Amino acid sequence: MDKCKDIARMISDGMDRPLTLGERLRLRIHLMMCRGCSNFEKQMQVLRNMARRFGERPEADKDNRAVGRGNSSG
Amino acid sequence: MNGKIDEQTLARERRHLLMFAMARLRDPDLAEDAVQETLVAALRAVDRFEQRSSLRTWLVSILINKMADLRTRQGREIPVEEIVKSASEDDDPWFDESGRWEPEAMPRVWSSPEKAVEQIEFWGVFERCLQVMSPRIAEVFVLREVLGESIEDICKNLGISASNCSVMLFRARASLRGCLQRNWFIGVE
Repeated sequence: MDKCKDIARMISDGMDRPLTLGERLRLRIHLMMCRGCSNFEKQMQVLRNMARRFGERPEADKDNRAVGRGNSSG
Repeated sequence: MNGKIDEQTLARERRHLLMFAMARLRDPDLAEDAVQETLVAALRAVDRFEQRSSLRTWLVSILINKMADLRTRQGREIPVEEIVKSASEDDDPWFDESGRWEPEAMPRVWSSPEKAVEQIEFWGVFERCLQVMSPRIAEVFVLREVLGESIEDICKNLGISASNCSVMLFRARASLRGCLQRNWFIGVE
């Protein structure tokens, strides 16, 4: 059985290149049994969407220093 | 700028360049200066811009050079090889010795991420999470996930190998998800 550490790395690699058939198989078997890695896989997709959205936020243009200091009404 | 690049495109690219510069330089004023210099240089060289690469990739390559100039003035920085080496040694904080998730780092179900992104406070946390990772790692992440650059373009522009790039992206993603989980999503198992 693969370690979570290797599987997590594989999930990350899969966001940048197509995984091989062997990798996909190992991944699927591991994910069936491991909730942590299944959640990790979902989080990676969420993270990608968030990052894109982060880049498209028009308010970041006005003052990227203000964000996170709680001085904006949103 | 000539007819090839309109105002709106320029504003968007400027914003993206600023995010990239912030990931690397961590200083709003320095980042602003580097981006300003980049746009001025781009304006002068716009006739040499070839459509073979995207406008964004071309601007990023100019910005990387500008930041390299800044760093030469500021002194040495850690080479990629050292960062990747320390990352590949078995010192990942997220896994135990046998390669399983550490209990407190275990990925959980995040509740309502779609609501989180509507809140300005969330983006403050997101930004701080980008700042707790090494600048070299954060910059690769921003190029890949925020600017949507291809792995080939990132490797070429930063002069790193594809395998170093994937180690760095893994570190960035694992770090960011851990940070968001700790600081925003409490999550359930």
